[in-house]
Amino acid sequence: MTQFSTDNSYHPDVCVLGGGIVGLSVAIGLQRNGLDVTVLDESDTALRASRGNFGLVWVQGKGDTLAEYANVSRLSAKLWPQLARRLLTTTGINVQLEQKGGLYLCLSEQELKARQLMLQKMQSNADGDYPFEVLDLQQLREFIPEAGPDVAGATLGPEDGHLNPLLLLRAMTECFLNKGGTINNRGKVTKVTPNQNGFTVFTKNDQYQTAKVVLAAGLGNKELAPQVGLSAPLSPNRGQVLICERVTPFLHYPTGHVRQTNEGTIQLGDSKEDVGFDTGTTTQVIAKIAKRASQMFPILKDIRLIRAWGALRIMTPDGYPLYQASTEHQGAYLVTCHSGVTLGALHEGPIADWIAQDHSELPLEAFNAKRFAL
Amino acid sequence: MQNALPFNRLETNTSEWVTVFIEDQAVKVRQGDSVAAAVLIAGLTPTRTTPMSSSGRAPYCLMGVCYECLLTIDGKENTQACMTLVHEGMKVNKQHQARQLGQSETFKDEQV
Amino acid sequence: MNIPCYDLVIIGAGPAGMTAASTASEYGLKVAILDEQATLGGQIYRSLSQPTLVNESILGPDYYQGRALISKIQKTKFDYLSSCTVWGVSSDLIVNFSCQQKGRQIKAKKLLIATGAQERPAPFPGWTLPGVMTCGSAQILLKSSGITPSGPLVIAGSGPLLLLIAAQLNRAGVEIKAILDTTPKGRYIAALPYLPKALKNLPILLKGMSLIAEIKQSDIPIYKQVSDLKAANSSQEKVDIVTFKQGNKATSIPCETLLIHQGVVPNVQLSRALQLDHHWHELQHCWHPTLDQWGQTSNPDIFICGDAGGIAGAKAAAYMGELSALKVVQTLKNLSSEKLKNLASTTVKKLNKESAIRPFLDALYRPDKYFLTPSDETLVCRCEEVSAKQIRDMVALGCKGPNQTKAFSRAGMGPCQGRLCGLTVANIIANERKVPVNHVGYYQVRSPIKPITISELTDLTE
Repeated sequence: MTQFSTDNSYHPDVCVLGGGIVGLSVAIGLQRNGLDVTVLDESDTALRASRGNFGLVWVQGKGDTLAEYANVSRLSAKLWPQLARRLLTTTGINVQLEQKGGLYLCLSEQELKARQLMLQKMQSNADGDYPFEVLDLQQLREFIPEAGPDVAGATLGPEDGHLNPLLLLRAMTECFLNKGGTINNRGKVTKVTPNQNGFTVFTKNDQYQTAKVVLAAGLGNKELAPQVGLSAPLSPNRGQVLICERVTPFLHYPTGHVRQTNEGTIQLGDSKEDVGFDTGTTTQVIAKIAKRASQMFPILKDIRLIRAWGALRIMTPDGYPLYQASTEHQGAYLVTCHSGVTLGALHEGPIADWIAQDHSELPLEAFNAKRFAL
Repeated sequence: MQNALPFNRLETNTSEWVTVFIEDQAVKVRQGDSVAAAVLIAGLTPTRTTPMSSSGRAPYCLMGVCYECLLTIDGKENTQACMTLVHEGMKVNKQHQARQLGQSETFKDEQV
Repeated sequence: MNIPCYDLVIIGAGPAGMTAASTASEYGLKVAILDEQATLGGQIYRSLSQPTLVNESILGPDYYQGRALISKIQKTKFDYLSSCTVWGVSSDLIVNFSCQQKGRQIKAKKLLIATGAQERPAPFPGWTLPGVMTCGSAQILLKSSGITPSGPLVIAGSGPLLLLIAAQLNRAGVEIKAILDTTPKGRYIAALPYLPKALKNLPILLKGMSLIAEIKQSDIPIYKQVSDLKAANSSQEKVDIVTFKQGNKATSIPCETLLIHQGVVPNVQLSRALQLDHHWHELQHCWHPTLDQWGQTSNPDIFICGDAGGIAGAKAAAYMGELSALKVVQTLKNLSSEKLKNLASTTVKKLNKESAIRPFLDALYRPDKYFLTPSDETLVCRCEEVSAKQIRDMVALGCKGPNQTKAFSRAGMGPCQGRLCGLTVANIIANERKVPVNHVGYYQVRSPIKPITISELTDLTE
């Protein structure tokens, strides 16, 4: 419980700016370290990448040009079952984590070949310690009998999986509150001012005096970072997602473009557009997504699309995360990525520990913003 | 099949009458009836069970807003009955929870 | 793909849409109507181009008066795309729709949304039971099929449609066991300040009074100031009893069908998906798209007329259709604003007179909070089976508005896309947070506004 003190401001140990999956993962990890945490979260209509994502806990192909990213993704996947268990015991909510492997379907031989080469290169860079398999259509049909005749094949990532991202957000929120955390739901941060005791964080109606701040506000980090001596060159990248009606279970493995949720609804996606802050949908893109899905699984052609939305990924120039502690203003930390679900366990675990204890075994220099300076 | 008191047909102007099959029973309905009207006049209830709790539901608004009247019509599941007009020989069945995907499209035994 | 282009595309073929088409066509514009129904008329004049019932006294003269409008439109030159379901409109006004299970598109220079109203969702314990239906649905059955609900029938709710359907069903010989008027105490007093203005539309007031007299004469038991309405089942899974209170007195009435009504609200699904400006209308207690006197929205190429812009009734809808069409004509044909004023002046006067009764009716039939903020056990989201208690729990968890609540509870994620739960969820959140409803907001609606199949979507990739 954060005390309200006589100087008219709140005094938590840490202020986490941003109440999405990234912010909440870090927040509950900080609580695990014995800290009193307040999360400052924007309103009901915030951009909320956490509400728009696909739910994949995905490893294969990540970090093909940065080995450290491949490694932390794999580490996070390994830590996930522990976090899922902790959320279940604390809140009773099962986030439906399943890690039996994931498939990336390719609609042409060239695509499949290119992907195979990329994964082989990652494997050799890791001295052979990088598991994957290349399947032709017949082999793929042993996993998913409904794969259509246009599919050339797929790559199987045995460490891949998925979960329910909305239940995850809810479970993290409840876990955080159960452990005594405070969430300010009208907490869009207007200003962060470093001072001798740490930082003063201002929202519209409140003020917080704290020793540590964690910038986990997604695209909002861009504006906040310079106030604490950091840099967050972020831009939005839109992915349009389609949700179709519930069908009886048939897709028992998540794929890169089509996933069946625990409720039975079918999720289609994976588009990339630079359209600024537009979370709308466009006919061309959703038609393309639909076409690709029906080529991959012809069985889907008569099912109905019920809703669609545009979600904004938080993209750095190279697509890799930013994990950085401010040297100019000690106590400020930047945590930003576009794979908040996959990296959720990393954020709750080693990243939260890094922020709480100020040291880490993680190769954090690789995730520093200095890599963008020429 | 009739397990509710059927709705009642008043005297109507001349029209074609067609036979539809509701849960395999032949029912005579009027050209221009929606399938929702047809199941009400046949006394079918409930017309679907919900995916979540298998609760019984039946047509509610009849104007395409509520999606309660989802039925399997000519083999197509989850079809809005109030927005579909009857035709001769149409097959109408209850919608049991979530939609089943067509079994015809598994390629398990197909040689690639 | 060659997309046909029209000067004016109208969505909806009720009085607003039909009048707009007829007016615009008169001035030589190329017009198309997209109608999800198979024949002209919208809801109010449904099936009127080929009326179903032999006995015309059942539905009454107001319905058949629409014949004149239908005849007029049938002689008008325009493209009538019937049985076409619009699911989205792009920013360059390409209208996406599906027709006979095929995905199609047409382009509009100007778009007119005349999609009318829907019944206000009126949740109460047992409202999802088979056999509980809206009063509007009973009218649709009468008009399109000549069918009446099975008795014993109970009609419950508040609003002009309640009286109308009771009278119509009574004329049709249906055994109406009771009319339960849920209009709470004090509404007549609350509506009194609006009565002088309402007198400008004396014909409608008199119509209302004659309906009331007709029902009184019928000997159908009328229960007033009904509270605690509940539908229940004892044996099979359909309604067979309705219970309610009047003050402390509890009553239960066995019934085979229960018709309910709590007024109508604009269908804002498309206007929301288009991200047009909306504002909260306190008296009608719902959201309205923000329109100028011509029905122009915050997008100058998009107009809304009829009940889709705010509840005003069939006659007013026709006047508004004409005014929107005149504005479009003025814009596309480069007429002066003076000319537009002249062309419109008679209709503007008629519209004002017709609308004068609205505030009185709105005040009189304001929905009771029993239906706006239902009891814990009531299902609020019918599609995903989310109860009022679960919504309240979400607010306790910190959800400040319907979007976060939707993400956490699944309310609003079903096929109806929030049409039957959006207003209730917002009302509950507002009530729990002790803020006005308009501070809470509404679901972020996105296209597709109607479910379409993957193959219909794929049709659009050429």
